[in-house]
Order: sequence, then structure tokens, then C-alpha cells
Amino acid sequence: MPLKNKIMIKIADLYKSFGSLEVLKGISLEISRGEVVVIIGPSGSGKSTLLRCINLLEEPNSGQIQVGDKVITFGVTHKRVPSDKELAAFRANAGMIFQQFNLFPHMTVLQNVMEGPVTVKRMPRAEAETLALELLNKVGLAEKTNVYPYNLSGGQGQRVAIARALAMSPAVMLFDEVTSALDPELVGEVLGVMENLAKEGMTMVVVTHEIAFAHEIADQVLFIDDGVIMEKGPPSEVLENPSNPRLSTFLTRFHGFIEQFQNAESKKTGI
Amino acid sequence: MGYQWDFYFIWGYYNLFIEGVFISLGFCVVTIAIGLIIGLFCGLSLLSRHRLLSFPVRSYVEVFRCTPLLVQIIWIYYALPVIININIPAYLAGGMALTCYISSFYAEIFRGGVISIERGQWDAARALGMTYPQLMKRIILPQAIKRMVPPFMNQSVIQLKNTSLLSILAVGDILYQGSVITSATYRPLEVYTIVAIIYFVILYPLTILAQRLEARVATKE
Repeated sequence: MPLKNKIMIKIADLYKSFGSLEVLKGISLEISRGEVVVIIGPSGSGKSTLLRCINLLEEPNSGQIQVGDKVITFGVTHKRVPSDKELAAFRANAGMIFQQFNLFPHMTVLQNVMEGPVTVKRMPRAEAETLALELLNKVGLAEKTNVYPYNLSGGQGQRVAIARALAMSPAVMLFDEVTSALDPELVGEVLGVMENLAKEGMTMVVVTHEIAFAHEIADQVLFIDDGVIMEKGPPSEVLENPSNPRLSTFLTRFHGFIEQFQNAESKKTGI
Repeated sequence: MGYQWDFYFIWGYYNLFIEGVFISLGFCVVTIAIGLIIGLFCGLSLLSRHRLLSFPVRSYVEVFRCTPLLVQIIWIYYALPVIININIPAYLAGGMALTCYISSFYAEIFRGGVISIERGQWDAARALGMTYPQLMKRIILPQAIKRMVPPFMNQSVIQLKNTSLLSILAVGDILYQGSVITSATYRPLEVYTIVAIIYFVILYPLTILAQRLEARVATKE
């Protein structure tokens, strides 16, 4: 049995620019197995780019990324561009959930969830179907298996997306502002699923504006601004007693987040 | 006007028109089939990040898209043999020109369909760990092909009309048969009216079919 504190994600000195715009300016970070890390920060601060770099949807300019047992290095000393197959294998290791769900519209809910195991892992269809049904049951959508994505509500769509990512049995799960596109009354059902995942010991990196949720779920909160990690620590420190003035300013926009937190609680018990 | 229209005599030449229809349709079907394969390959190459691949293909596509088909037919029949020192029969020269021409349009239709798929779909497929061929086959193409159907049908309808340009090489298509009948009867007005009707009768049902297909695709989206 691997130790609880085994490192699942390790990022060293990560830089990323888009053209002349430097978005990430030297990010280093370690995340242990089962840890839930919430990344907050103003828009344009680089938090989504950081998440996309962990899954190599964006190719960093330099730095090293380790997810699970796979390590990949970018930069001047590593001119060689990783091959399509290497990138694919690396990405299969991390599940990613997007703001816009990005379900495959030409496939049913069941087919969406089966797609990864069948196409990428070459799992036999029957086995993949059993797995998919189990996961859909877990996210509370067992009755929607043969529905197409356009017939789902936002909250249901996002839960299917979570099931689809889980079907690959990823080492870590990355959540990129997954509730930002949802109607307020649908946010709770998605957060509920995420909370259950966290309780089961899934290693998670969550970019969110739901400060109350961050407070409740996070083991570690990172505040990113202007491409660097400004502040990190347990939520009780970072969110309740921010020492960094920019973080304090940022948090005042979410003034009364404790009340928000209580709202989220009541929403969840409501499902 | 005192012109006496007389279509009756044309019955005497119906076998020529039938031959013309078969030849035109034959060229149309064969050049579309080969053009599709070349177009698919070219479209994929245009999407490639390797400039060594995309640059020559881009040149090929632009040359055939931006010069008149009639000029291409004449050039391949008369000029190409001088350069490579091999005689090219008329049907082959005409077929090559038609194939290259339509393949360059198909390449653009193909590329356009693929890049029209939202970035989120690419992200989601990549995030699942799919390789490029897997994500193309499973996620992007099934959605892109639906969007390619209307422009593809449109271009293919034009292709049948474009086979009329082969008449310049005396290949025996519908229009060429018309000119043969005209020189025998001195009745161009009636003959070319019939020629136009033949094209229309073949293509109109096809455009209706294309619309139906489009509607079916649209409801599934």
C-alpha cells in the first residue's frame, strides 16, 4: 500500500507565455495523494493556464511536471517535442473537467462515459459499460444513460463530464471553473459530487470562484496572481487571515463568504 | 421574331445524347471519387503543423482553386506533354484536370469542417488521453462530416456542370454531343436548349436530395 503522503503532482519552475504575454512565471508546487488543492485568483492571473499545463493541454515553455509516475520536462535543455503518444499517455493519467462540460454531442451519456476506456484503454465494451453505469450511478444519473447531451441540464451535463473523466481511473482530477457556467441552483449538485470524491481520497486540483466551497473542501489553498503563487496554506490561514494585501483585496470581493459557505451547505442538503 | 422552333428532329439523335450523359456522369463520378481521396489527404495535410507537408499542399490547392478549370484542361492536354514528353490522351488529361480541381475544393471543405469543431471538443478528447488519430476518428470527424455535407454536395453538383468543359478536347460529353448535332443540323437554339434541360433534369433531383440530407443532418445536431 503506497503511503498517504506520496507525491501525486509535482511542478517545478513552470513558465508559460502566449506570444510576448508571460502567463506563468515560475510556478513550483507539490501535491500529495488524496490532497485537495484549490486555486483562487483574479481572472487572467494564470490559474486556468496552470491547470491546463498540468494536463499538457498547453505546452509549457519550460519546467518539469510530474503526474503520478509520469514525468515530462520542457525547456531549452529539452528541445525535443514530446510525441503525440507520450502526450496522450500523460494526459490519460489526469482527468479534467471543463467550465463548458465539453461532452461529445454525437454520443449518448453512456457512450460519452465509455469512450475513454474503450478507445484509449481498449477495454472490452461490456466491461466498459458496467464501469460507465456504475459511475453514472455514482453521480446520480443512472436514469439518463441513453439521453443525448443536449437534453441534459447544466448540472447533469457537468456530472456526466465528471463520470467520463473518472472512467479513465486517473491519478488526479483537475477541475477548471466547473460551476461558472451553471445556473446558481444547479451549482450545489456538482459541488456535492466533488465533495464526495474528495472524501473518497481523490487527489484534486480545483480552480474555482466558490470561496465558501474552497474553504470547506481544500487541504491547501493557493492564491495566484500575475503568474506566481502569492500565498499558500490551509484555508483557515489563507482565507480567514490573509497576510498578503492583494489577497485581502481579492477576498473582499467575496465578502461574507462564510454566509456563502452556509448557503452552499443548505443547497447540498436540498438535493 | 420569325424563328420557327422545331424540336422534333432531335429524336433522331437521342442515342448521341444518351452516350453524352453516360460519359459526363462517368467523368463526374470517377473524378469525385478520386478527388475525395486526394482532397481528404490534402485537407489533413493542410491541418498539419509540419510546414514541410502543409506548404506544398497549400500551393497545390491554391493553384487549382485560383486558375480557371478550362485553362487547366487545356494546359494539361497541350503543355504538360511538351514538358514531360509523354502524350496524354484527351480523356486522361480532362480527367486529371477535373480531379485536381475538385480535390482542391474538397481539401478546403474538409479543413474548414474540421477547424469548425469547437476547441472544447479537442480539449476533452485530448484530456481523455486520445492520440491525434483517435480523436480525429472518434470525436472530430463524426461531427465535422455533418457540417461538410452541404458544401460537399454543392461542389459536386458544380462538378457535373464542369464536365461540359471537356467538350473542348472532344471527349464526347453532353455538350460535345450537342455541338456535333448542331454542326449536322444547323439548329443550335434547339440543341443547346435540350442540352440545358438534360443537365437540369439530372441535377435538380440531386439538389433536392442534398436538401433532404442537410435537413436530416441538421435535426440530429
